[in-house]
Order: sequence, then structure tokens, then C-alpha cells
Amino acid sequence: MDFSVLLTDLPTLVGVIIGVPAVLAAYIVGGEYLVRRLPDKARPSVRPWIWVAPALVLVTGFLVLPAIGTISQSFEDNHGNFVGLTNFGNQLGGFPTGGAWIAIRDNLFWLVFYTLFVLFFGLILAVLFDRVPYEKIVKSLIFMPMAISSVATVVIWKFMYAYQPPGQAQTGTLNAILSTVFHQDPRTWVQDTTPILGLFPLNNLAIIAAAVWGIVGFSMVILSAALKGIPGDLLEAARVDGAGEITIFRRVIFPLMMPTVVVVGTTLVIFALKAFDVVYAMTNGNYDTDVLANRMYKLLYQHFPSDYANASAVAVILLVTVIPVLIFNLRQFRAVEARR
Amino acid sequence: MHQLWFKRSLILSLVAGLTAVACGTSSTPSAGSVKVMATWTGAEQASFMAVMKPFTDSTGITIQYEASRDQDALLTTRVAAGNPPDLAAAPSPTLLTNFAKTSKVVALNSVLDMSALQSQYSQGWITLGEPLNDGKLYELYSWVSLKGLIWYDPKNFQAKGYNIPNSWDSLINLQNTIKSGGTTPWCIALESGAASGWPGSDWVKEIVLSQAGPTVYDAWWQGKQKWTSPEIKTAWQTWGTILGSGDSNVYGGAKNMAATNFGDGGTPMFQSPPKCYMHNQASFITSFFQSANAALQPVTDFNFFPLPDITAQYAGAHVVSGDAWSMFHDTPQARQMLKYLQTADAQAIWVKRGGKISPNNKVSLDTYPDPLSKSTAQILVATKIAKYDAGDLMPGDMKNAYWAAVLQFAADQSKLNSILANLDSIQAKAYTS
Amino acid sequence: MSVASAAPTSSVAVSWSPKWITDRIGGVVLHIAVISLTLAWMVPTIGLLITSFRLPADIANTGWWTALAPPYKFTLDNYSQMFSASNLGQGFFNSFMISIPAVIIPVTIAAFAAYAFAWMKFPGRDWIFLALVGLLAVPLQLTFIPVTTEFVKLGFTPDKLTAIGLPPFIPLWLAHAGYGLPFSIYLLSNFFRALPSDLFESAEIDGAGMLTVFFRIVVPLSVPAIASLVIFQFLWVWNDLLVALIYVGGTPNVAPVTVSLVNLVGSYGQNYQLLTAAAFFSMIVPLVVFLSLQRYFVRGILAGSVKG
Repeated sequence: MDFSVLLTDLPTLVGVIIGVPAVLAAYIVGGEYLVRRLPDKARPSVRPWIWVAPALVLVTGFLVLPAIGTISQSFEDNHGNFVGLTNFGNQLGGFPTGGAWIAIRDNLFWLVFYTLFVLFFGLILAVLFDRVPYEKIVKSLIFMPMAISSVATVVIWKFMYAYQPPGQAQTGTLNAILSTVFHQDPRTWVQDTTPILGLFPLNNLAIIAAAVWGIVGFSMVILSAALKGIPGDLLEAARVDGAGEITIFRRVIFPLMMPTVVVVGTTLVIFALKAFDVVYAMTNGNYDTDVLANRMYKLLYQHFPSDYANASAVAVILLVTVIPVLIFNLRQFRAVEARR
Repeated sequence: MHQLWFKRSLILSLVAGLTAVACGTSSTPSAGSVKVMATWTGAEQASFMAVMKPFTDSTGITIQYEASRDQDALLTTRVAAGNPPDLAAAPSPTLLTNFAKTSKVVALNSVLDMSALQSQYSQGWITLGEPLNDGKLYELYSWVSLKGLIWYDPKNFQAKGYNIPNSWDSLINLQNTIKSGGTTPWCIALESGAASGWPGSDWVKEIVLSQAGPTVYDAWWQGKQKWTSPEIKTAWQTWGTILGSGDSNVYGGAKNMAATNFGDGGTPMFQSPPKCYMHNQASFITSFFQSANAALQPVTDFNFFPLPDITAQYAGAHVVSGDAWSMFHDTPQARQMLKYLQTADAQAIWVKRGGKISPNNKVSLDTYPDPLSKSTAQILVATKIAKYDAGDLMPGDMKNAYWAAVLQFAADQSKLNSILANLDSIQAKAYTS
Repeated sequence: MSVASAAPTSSVAVSWSPKWITDRIGGVVLHIAVISLTLAWMVPTIGLLITSFRLPADIANTGWWTALAPPYKFTLDNYSQMFSASNLGQGFFNSFMISIPAVIIPVTIAAFAAYAFAWMKFPGRDWIFLALVGLLAVPLQLTFIPVTTEFVKLGFTPDKLTAIGLPPFIPLWLAHAGYGLPFSIYLLSNFFRALPSDLFESAEIDGAGMLTVFFRIVVPLSVPAIASLVIFQFLWVWNDLLVALIYVGGTPNVAPVTVSLVNLVGSYGQNYQLLTAAAFFSMIVPLVVFLSLQRYFVRGILAGSVKG
């Protein structure tokens, strides 16, 4: 491994590390300078735009314009002719197992289980760890899976779920526990479509579990930051008043963390709807594990030429499912504003 | 106060910008470079670099090599955006043929020495590179491989007194004998992440070719022969006799087939007692055998026989596949590189390192490093009917549906009719774009 | 001061009283819960760590826990093969060149924008903010071709940039910034909005301008949030593979370390056990970043910030 290259290019790296923040700071300082030159009255209407302009420009270029392109593409065929709702018909036809319906069903599983588990674990871990002196250590250990790339996460969980026929020594962790501790036959966790509780296919839950494991660190860190933002005086006061720990959590801690829980929850719901990496690498959607993002990927890159029309339709379906989440956010937003 | 800030940050950013510009390296004049994209990673990348070394040493041209297993996504995006690499090699021609149809690649007739090509390659490999049937060569094959190799452990066969089958009937007899001896005759593994099912598709296409012949085979991958037609249906049913009812001829049954990665498929053959006796796979599987079991030696511990012919009329038919090259930018350096890749000397470098076979007939059989690859090369040279992997010639969604159908069939053979009907409906849409 | 120190200790209750016993048991239960949860969470990672020291033959045939009993067959092969992989040093450097600006840019720009969304009024503010949240749902794959087509038209490709002396990573920095902004703004606005408005009022009374309030009050008080954001954005960029391949490509001079590591595996998946070693190697830098930012996750920065 040749690290000498680091030395020759180091000046560039240093230049970049200094230059980039300098440029940004210069921008905002320069912007404020310009605003100060305006009459008092004009300032509040010009200033916000200076502060949000860089964000809006980047987001428009990278996300908004392509999104608009996608939406318009979803109403055309692959040659640019307007075809109305045909693409949507392709994707939404054949209920309940045709078109994109299996993917939609699976995304609903993701939405419910992924979000709930990640929120639940993140909250519990944040609260429990806050009370132990070795908090930093355990937090880092729970956080570790986040530092692992999705490629490696799939490798790890493939080891966890590995299968050998019954009667053979198991190489997968879960099957080993099943056979030695519970004396059950090993299961093909990733291929098995047996419904748990009569409803949810096992393999979907298995893939969701792998994804949950990787991202609980995310919700734990953010919820922990919110938890630490609660002033200690408030909690002291509640305790002095004789409230038990659980009551304090329900009446003081959780309500104060609510806005952050909404942010984390919203983000997780959107991640659940966009789930792709783990599904693609583990099954590519086979065995009834397909999700919308994977379906879109196949339409884009496993068709030659790419089926932009149908892929766009799937993307629009995805965007539409996000709307209820946005409405919920709007309500929360307004409620917080009203309280101010 | 703010003015001081402002001045400071302005000066800082100017200094940073100037430093960055000053440190930007100017390119030193050289003989030029070629941007290459392929899927060869790991040890294969090392082999490819070894192939290119004499070229870069003698011409001074630098190779900027990009490897990715996500080549489909990457290459599609680059081409669509307008900055493709100069040359790209793909393990399946589907993507490159599509680019030929949309005029994104350059015809190679004026790039390569066509008369040398005609004399060094069998016509089959040249015709394969002319997918538009207009006499223009768009794809050049540099390395190829043979499918339909049945791997076995000679010691196991000897212990039980089994003979290598030389006909389909004797294969079925052998299979039944092994089964009555209490072991599952076959090891089959279908899992492959995003591509799960492809090993089974190899079985089916080999059967189609050997049973129904090259004309049916061609019509099939071109989308003109329905999946529900008697020939294709019979092929699936023939595979069903290999699998046995309820997949009872396969180690671990349906569950194990679906859950085992193709690379680990043959490993149970080498356990004692062996869990199965035969494994159908292409030649790259040997590195997986030896990785799982370092003590295994070729010829003594593992060997192969080609899948026996089913119909006498089509004897000697084999499914083959290979690495195809296409050119996106006609630059002098890219031309030189492609010409180099076509030569026997270049191809022999990788052949000597093991793992590839050359379609160039000037590469002598002695170049092959071990008896197994030599016999594979011999079969390839002698084969009378060589047909390219049908799945790789089908449109992308047809191929993916084919792989998914393999998984469904292996899980429940009784669903064959509905599986084939579904494939037909996909076929109806997949070939029009 | 953490919640733990505000929790009742045994100094209040009399020894051996029911309350004292409950407290003690509660304490023990807490520790058991924390430790067992953490251990269970770590099982997959431990499995990976042990696997990275095993030979491929062992990995294929036996479970990783069998390596913990004699005979101990550990090997450094996977790690040495990984280190001798081509381009690891350059890849490491490229990863830093990519990650650092790709974190600074979105976090800074998001802080500016979040401040405006949280504390300034302007027409359409709520709708624009909502649209930003909605943009979180846009699948990235659909943006690749439109954006790269524009970049190529503008001549904004790594080759052309290197030719004029600029870093070839600029398109990638902007891409990561663009993709990371919705979440960053969403997160930071939430924290900025939670700051008490009295702070701003007192600052205004003291005659501080917007910039001062931003740099001297808002940012310092939001350090835990900003630290979390830095960690996530850094993680996402450091571990990213596809966006880098699309915007700068995989040639050795620009490829990040994720490309070098993923390419350890052959095109058929040969030598996938090298990925186990690679996973731990590439984990080091994000973990170092996380650990060094840990000290910003403290409570009580707000306490005493508003004088009566």
C-alpha cells in the first residue's frame, strides 16, 4: 500500500479544507454586507433569500428539475409521445399480485416495521444509555453498524442467515441457534415466504431486520441529542415533586422530544419507502421481497434500452405515497408555530 | 467588525483558490491514453493488467481502467450523458448490442485487420459480433468459456464403480443408480444475489440446444419461439427429470437450492461421505472448489465431462459465452489497443494465467496451464455447434424473467404451465422497444 | 450533568427500606438491560470480525463461533491481501478529498437555510420547506442521467476540470451537497426552531446583527445537532459507492476507497471473504470521526443562557 501519494497531494487537500469554508463564509458575510446597504424596510424581504439561495440552487439543480422531468416522463412513452396514464396502468394493473402491487405491499411492511423498530430501539437506547456512566462506550458500539457500508452489511447478514440442510452443521448464526438451542429445523430466512402471524412473509422481515440493525444508530444519536437538550432543572423539579421515572418519561421527556421524534420518524418513513440497497443485494426482489425502488432500478438498468417511462411511473407512485407524511409534518409545523 | 470579517474571508478564499490552481497538476505529454471499462475485479483485474502490460510498455499509452460490477447502470448512465469510455468489455453482449442499435458504438470493420480476424477466428465468433446483420462488426470477443461441464470427483466415481456417461440415457441411468444407492446424485445452487436463478437457466438452455437443435434455440432467444411451445416445454420437463419429482435428486431439495450461493454449489461433492456426485457449472467454478477446500487438486480430485448429447442429430452442440469489446470513441490509441486485444499473443497471456479460453485459433493448446483447461479448449475447438448463451442474448427483462422462472420451477415443478404462460406474456412485450 | 446525576440516589432513602431496595435493583436491572442489549446488537459485528481472521475454507464450512474453540486457526491473510490491493493508498486519499468538502458544503449551506426557515419570515416559507422534506423521497437513480448530461454539456467533467487545474471532485461535492441538503435542512431547522425565542429578543435588544446571532448564539447552542449531522453526512459520503462512480468515475486517480475495496472481489464473487477485512478497515475512519465528535453530545449548553 503506497501512501506516498498522500504527501505529494497534501497541499491540494489542505487548500480544499481551508478554501471551501472560506468561500462559504465569504458568501454569507458578503451577503449580509449587501443587505446592510439596503434601507431598513427592504432588509427583511431580501435577507432570507440570501440565506436560503445556495440551498435552493443546489436542490433545484440536483433534485427538483430531475423530479419534474421524471413526473413529465411518467406520462410519456419511451419515445417522448404523450400516453396519459398508460404507464400507471402498467404498474397498477393486476391487483393484487400483478404490476407493482407486490412491491407496494412490501413497502408497506417496510413502512410499518422498519420505522417502528428503528424509532423504538433508538428511543429506548437513548433513554437507557443516558443513565449509565459508560454511555459513550455503548453508544459507540451501537453506532458501529452505521459505519459499515451497505455492501458489508449484506455480507454480515448473509452470514447470519446462512442455511445448510437439516442435519448438517449450520454455518449461519441464526440457524445454529435454532438448531442447537431450540432444536428446530433450520430456515431459509431470505427465501422463505411463510407468513408470520399469518400476514408478514418471513423473508421480508429478515431483510428489514438487516436494514434496521444498520440504522438504529442514526435514530439513537439524534434522539439522544434531543434528550440532552432537555434542561436538567425541569427533570429535577419533576422528581422533587415526587414523580416516578416512568411518569417523568411519559409526561416530560417524550412530549419535549416529540418534534425530534417527528423528524426522525418522517425521515425513517421516507427511507422505508426508498429502501433499495439491502433488497437489491440480497434478493433483487425475488421471493416476493420486491420494493418500489428496486422495481424502478430494474426498469432503468435491466431493460435495454432503459424503460424510463415505467420507471418514472414507479417513482411518481413513490412520491405520491410520501404526501400523507408531508401533510402530517405540515400540521406539526403549524402547531409548533402557533405555540410560539 | 463585519468589515474586518469580510475582508479576512475574502483574502482567505482568494489564497485558497490560487493555491488550488497552482497545485493543479498539468498533464505531462505522453502517447495518450485509453479509457477502459470492464467488470474484471479482484484477481481478474490483475490478469487483465498483465495482458495490457506489454502493450503499455511498448506504446507508452496509458490505460485508465475502471471496473465495476454495476456495469449496466454505470455504462448506461455514461452513454446517456454523453461521456462514455473509449472501450468497454462486457460479459454479455446484451448491453453492447443495444448501444449498436442506437448508434453509440463504432463499427470495427475499419479498425481491425478483418482478414486476420477471418483467418484466426471461427466464423461463429465473428457473426456473433455482427448483431445487426448488416455485415458491420460491433463486438469483438477476446476470451470465451464453455458451459455445460458436469463436474465430479473421480475418487467418488471410482469408489462406487461409476462410469462417465457418454449419452443422455446413460446419464439418467447413472443418476438413478446413485439415487438408489442412497445419495442425491446432483448438487445445484441457484442463489446469486440480484442474479439468482442463472445456474438453472444454464441447464435449461443447454437442454434446449442439445434436444431441440440450433434452429429452435435461435428462434427461442430471438423471441420467435414461444415458451409454451412443445420444444421449450419439453426442455423444462427434461430438466425436471434431472431434478427429480419434488427435487428429490438434488442435495437438500428445493430449499437448499434456493438458499445456496452458486459458488458453494459444488462443495458438498467433496465431503466424506459425499452429499452428491455431479455438479453442472462453467469452468470458473474450480477456483471456488479450491477456495473452499485448499487440498483439492485438478484431475485427481475434480474433473469434468461435457453434458452428453440428447438428440443424436445435434451431437457436439455446446453453449458458450465470452467477453465482448465495443468501441465508443474512435481514437488512435483505442484502435491500437483493440488491435492488440485481438492478437493471439495478448489473449495467450491471460490463458496462461488460467481461467480463460481464447477464440483465436493461433493460441496453441499447450498454452493452457492445466489439463482441465486444455480439455475445455479442445472441446471448444472441436465443437460442431457452438451457440452463445441464450439468456445473454435475450432482452434484459426477458432474461430476468427467465431467471425468476427457474426459481419458481425449482420451488414447485407442478406450476410449469403457468410459469411458461407468464414468460410468454413477457416475451410478447420484451422484444419491442 | 446527565439525567443520571439528577436521578435519586440512595442518600435520600434509608438503607434497606423498600425504596432503597427498588432503587438498587432498578440500578442493576438498568445495567443488565443496557449491557445485554449492546451485546446482542454486536453479535453480527463480532461474527464479521472473527470471520475476517479465518481462511475461506473454514468460512465456507463452519460457523464463525467454532473459531473460538481450539484448534485456533486464525490467519492474517485476508488483511494482507487487502493491503496489497492496488490503489488503496490513492483511494484513501481520494476518499478524504471527496468527503471533507462534501460534508462542509451541505452542513454550512443547510445551517444558513435552516436559520432562515426557523427564524425569518418570508413569503412561501412553509411551502418551500415542505417541498424540501418531500424531496427526501426523490430516488437518486432518476437524477443521475439528467444531471450528468448537463454536466457533460457544460464541460464540467473530471477530465476537463483537471486540465484547468481544479480538483476533479467538484461535481461530486456538489452532488453530495444537493442530495444531502433536504435532510440536513430538515434536521437543523427542527433544532433551531426549538431554541427559545427569548434568546433572539435579548440579542436584538443588545444590538446584535443577524450574523452575530447566527455565529455567536445559534451555532454554539446547536452543536449536538450539527455534530450529529456532520457524522451522518460524513458516513454517507465515506461509504458511498454509486454516486462517486457516476459523477467522477472509477479510474484509479479519482476513485474513493470504497471502489478499491469492493473490487477486491472477483466478478463472480470469488474471494468475498476479503470484504470482511475490508469492512473493518473502512470502518476505522467513520468511527474515529464519531468518537471525536462524541464530546459535543453533552447536555446543559442551554442552561443559564438566558439571564433573567
